[in-house]
Amino acid sequence: MTDVPMVHADHIVKSYGSHQVLKDVSVTVNRGEVACLIGPSGSGKSTFLRCINHLESINGGRLSVDGELMGYRQRGEKLYEMSPAEVSRQRADIGMVFQSFNLFPHMTVLENIIEAPTQVKGIKKAAAVATAMELLDRVGLAHKAKAYPSHLSGGQQQRVAIARALAMSPKLMLFDEPTSALDPELVGEVLDVMKGLARSGMTMIVVTHEIGFAREVGDSLFFMDGGVIVESGDPREVLTSPKHERTQSFLSKVL
Amino acid sequence: MDPATEPIKAVKLRHPVRTAFAVVIVLLVALFVWDAATREAYQWPLVGQYLLDRRISQAAGVTLALTVLAMILAIVMGLVLAVMRLSDNPVLKAVSWFYLWLFRGTPVYVQLVFWGLLGTIYRSVTIGIPFTSVEFFTVSPFSAIDLFWLAVLGLAFNEAAYMAEIVRGGILSVPRGQDEAARALGMSWRQTMLRIVVPQSMRVIIPPTGNEVISMLKTTSLVTALGFSLELYARTRAISAQIYATVPLLIVASIWYLLVTSILMVGQYYLERYYGRGVAPQRAPENDPDVADAAGVDPTTGLSGDEIEAVAPPKREHQ
Ligand SMILES: Nc1ncnc2c1ncn2[C@@H]1O[C@H](COP(=O)(O)OP(=O)(O)O)[C@@H](O)[C@H]1O
Ligand SMILES: [Mg+2]
Repeated sequence: MTDVPMVHADHIVKSYGSHQVLKDVSVTVNRGEVACLIGPSGSGKSTFLRCINHLESINGGRLSVDGELMGYRQRGEKLYEMSPAEVSRQRADIGMVFQSFNLFPHMTVLENIIEAPTQVKGIKKAAAVATAMELLDRVGLAHKAKAYPSHLSGGQQQRVAIARALAMSPKLMLFDEPTSALDPELVGEVLDVMKGLARSGMTMIVVTHEIGFAREVGDSLFFMDGGVIVESGDPREVLTSPKHERTQSFLSKVL
Repeated sequence: MDPATEPIKAVKLRHPVRTAFAVVIVLLVALFVWDAATREAYQWPLVGQYLLDRRISQAAGVTLALTVLAMILAIVMGLVLAVMRLSDNPVLKAVSWFYLWLFRGTPVYVQLVFWGLLGTIYRSVTIGIPFTSVEFFTVSPFSAIDLFWLAVLGLAFNEAAYMAEIVRGGILSVPRGQDEAARALGMSWRQTMLRIVVPQSMRVIIPPTGNEVISMLKTTSLVTALGFSLELYARTRAISAQIYATVPLLIVASIWYLLVTSILMVGQYYLERYYGRGVAPQRAPENDPDVADAAGVDPTTGLSGDEIEAVAPPKREHQ
């Protein structure tokens, strides 16, 4: 199974009404790789991430995670829609971290982290708490277990959000501009956690404007503009000598 | 003392019009109270005599029971109707819309009269195969229902239409990202609703619901429309008819309504505080260590809580 890519997006098309947001997007991410996705605002990066865990359904192409089609089952030539329960089961294996953290404000940090393991996976509370405390320790926030999210800084909230996603032992992590909502001095603490995660061998797709992060830990880089992948390759190559004019002009703005 | 830090000693700005206005109002109220206290028609001795009458305190209990039971049922039904209205299922949406149209579009008094007549309208219902002579059995579905429960149902069915709109507003007030985060974690629609969205919508739902409860308390006085006469208003009317004294018993009823309303308002205060947790840190209990943490973070220095804690005196360990 190791030769099956973790994410295989093949000619993905996604439209909202008549507005085609993704036009023929093909991306392959192998196991243990960190893929960075950059591009101007409105180019479809978030939409693409949301298609990967089937928060949005695609209108064309094939999208599989770990060799399994997302949201559909194929028998012969025909595609069958999966039931909501099956889609939920697929999503449970894919972690997602949002720009605006989206922690559950009515729950403490610890309750946020054990919610899905206990409710979705049926893990016993004591075991879930033990795992949660390990994860909190890993992101440096064990002492905040009983705090409510509103009492934390943005950087702390995002680290909790990462721990919450990790608590489901995902095989893939999706990050949608995880540091864009943070004050500049809090970006580093979140990137450090993500770097540690990359080193531990997690497969990650990271939408980011942090070019330094892409250069340092990215195994591949995709530049998206207007719903298409304009250029992709080794981050160090693409960032140093972009071939396309659109990539060049975008990079000149963010660098 | 440094003049820059010296407290300001200034003559307070005067509000002559405001003061004059207050004096006039106080005088008017005093006049009214003095007049009322001495006016025959109020029959104060009777008010005192019947205020603690057992029949009336029991009736107040019945009114409270009607209010609470009808509201509980209305909240559950309203929740279901709101969720139906927000679902993708066009059938559920339409059913919910029709329900609201029907129950909000007709006066509650008229509805209650209908509830009272159900027993007559559906004196016998025969279960069988339509357009044939096959009959399985015949029942009279409403004859077994006690008038009290009929009143609860009548009040609840009307109120559910209003609660549905309140709940819907509450659910829509929860940011989309919450629903997205829950689903991304693999939670089902049901789990997302019950554990993430609905608890957060409570903060928005409770204040108007409190108003609905108080309004329901007063609406219970209409259930005589379906023939139920053991609640506060009907009971005081019955007594005043016996003793030929209307005004003192109306005062007695009003005092009881005010008393129960006040109790309900206290309950509402505590509920609002409970569901505001995690949102309003300043209202959290003072001995909560996390609040102490939060207070210790100076937003102006930009230092995160950890950095400050690193130099702060040792704190109680969590976990
Ligand atoms: N739910 C939606 N309905 C309609 N249009 C949408 C929706 N979500 C995104 N879009 C549109 O899709 C385009 C791409 O959006 P997005 O994926 O958020 O871009 P990015 O994350 O790269 O900034 C934008 O033009 C946006 O307006
Ligand atoms: Mg985006």
